[in-house]
Amino acid sequence: MPLALVDCNNFYVSCERMFNPKLEGKPVVVLSNNDGCAVARSNEVKALGIKMGQPWFKMQEIAKRHHIIALSSNYALYGDLSARVMSVLSDFSPRQEIYSIDECFLDLQGFDPQTLADYGQSMRRAVKQQVGIPVCVGIASTKTLAKLANHCAKKGYAGSDGVCDFGRCSEHELKRLFAGIQVAEVWGVGQKITEKLQRMKILTVQDLRSASLARIQSQFSVVLGRTVQELNDVPCLAIEEVATPRQQIMVSRSFGACVLTLSELSESVAHFATRAAEKLRQDGSVAASICVTIHTNPFREKEPQYQRSLVVPLSSPTDDSSRLVAAALSGLKAIYRSGFSYKKTGVMLMGLQPGGGMQPTLFDDPACQAKVADRMRVLDAINRKMGKDCLTIAASGAKSGVRQRWAMRRQSKSPAYTTDWNELPVAG
Amino acid sequence: MFHSLQRFRPATVLQRFTLYGHKVAAGFPSPADDYIEGRLSLDEHLIQHRNATFFVRAKGNSMIGAGIHDGDLLVVDKSLNPASGDIVIAVVDGDLTVKRLQKRGGIYSLKPENPLFEEMLFKEGQELQVWGVVTATIKKFI
Repeated sequence: MPLALVDCNNFYVSCERMFNPKLEGKPVVVLSNNDGCAVARSNEVKALGIKMGQPWFKMQEIAKRHHIIALSSNYALYGDLSARVMSVLSDFSPRQEIYSIDECFLDLQGFDPQTLADYGQSMRRAVKQQVGIPVCVGIASTKTLAKLANHCAKKGYAGSDGVCDFGRCSEHELKRLFAGIQVAEVWGVGQKITEKLQRMKILTVQDLRSASLARIQSQFSVVLGRTVQELNDVPCLAIEEVATPRQQIMVSRSFGACVLTLSELSESVAHFATRAAEKLRQDGSVAASICVTIHTNPFREKEPQYQRSLVVPLSSPTDDSSRLVAAALSGLKAIYRSGFSYKKTGVMLMGLQPGGGMQPTLFDDPACQAKVADRMRVLDAINRKMGKDCLTIAASGAKSGVRQRWAMRRQSKSPAYTTDWNELPVAG
Repeated sequence: MFHSLQRFRPATVLQRFTLYGHKVAAGFPSPADDYIEGRLSLDEHLIQHRNATFFVRAKGNSMIGAGIHDGDLLVVDKSLNPASGDIVIAVVDGDLTVKRLQKRGGIYSLKPENPLFEEMLFKEGQELQVWGVVTATIKKFI
């Protein structure tokens, strides 16, 4: 079952460069929400040794020295370009699994195995010419190997011109290649597993590939066992065309400035609960409970630390913003302690299930439920038409003024070049 | 014809919303029914390659000879191969610029459509980066 993993190169940075060619050849990082950590790095920045997820405040010095350009993340832009890339790639196979914002699997079953590498080159050319984003293609018999092939294509370890087809490599070549790659590069092998594997003298991809399956399964899990099988050409993971419905919806963010009072925290919690409820209705789901989390800034080690979460069950599953906000606020009230400066709050909707076909409880009033459904439909329709947060639950605060202290910090966000008529690129 | 549409109004409050959609056309069927072909779409007219099409705002007067004025909306297709004579978006010193692409005697140039502006010549070895081909310009009067 040959398949391809197509992955955009430094995707967020590539998006920024497309509309701002001045960034070409310069060291660029894109920072996470609130300008917290590096979530995308240009090759120039990678060469400076800056790691993924490194907090921005910890790289100020090196940034100044090397004139690193830091940008706030611009998800409107990345989302639009991602949809274009995925649409172009969908023409190359009848089966596509969009795995993340910048990568997808394509089923290549039935294609002539001799031509797959050329086919990969056509994908690369098409995406580059139509959307302008550079991608790399990894081709192999399993998802785990395709991920690895993509890694090799990107690093230039194997294949050529950004395409690597393991099907064209001999067993001898693969062994040599895998013996030179750290086990941490394998899909699904995180830091903890890597450390444990290292203690067992499993250091490279080849070590893991030739490890005893029974031993891995007993020492770790069935999941890592599957990884070993996949490294040995045994497909265990199928291409999933339809995304499985979300099991939980999480909205959380750090504040631009530290927040002390319950009323300000309440605003942020209400705002996040509203946003989560919107996502819930988009999915056509209802939630059975809502979890509220608050914590202080763990990087300020000298300040008193506090962290609490609480799950608030709902009397019956709902997608009603006002009920979810009320539940979240009651949870917040229960866990709030004064005297701390809070850095982050979050809400998570749990126990999600499809909205239709719910068993009504004895106390549900169908007429009232219909009214709520109408109200939510109107709320969503107005916000879709008039812009985000045009109409919102009063508890989440006014759009200007009060909210500013906890609102997200996005100091250097580029324009929404492709999704806002007022922010289009300009040509002189 | 439309005033003959009727709404069925059920008696109980609880059922009201579920049956609202049922409209019964009691009049003569529209003679145009067989000829309905859908509305014309400007997207369809202006956009050949959806994934490759971007909008760019024109600035300044360098292209007024080609009918492109300050503030006009340019429809740009990135997937087209630029040919001599096309109006293109090019990258010059890191900025986007709209000009006419020309090739004369093996030399490419970016030609403004306004005598007050100068033509940019690209000799062999000099890189000319074309960002996309302008396929249409849109002006709004109101």
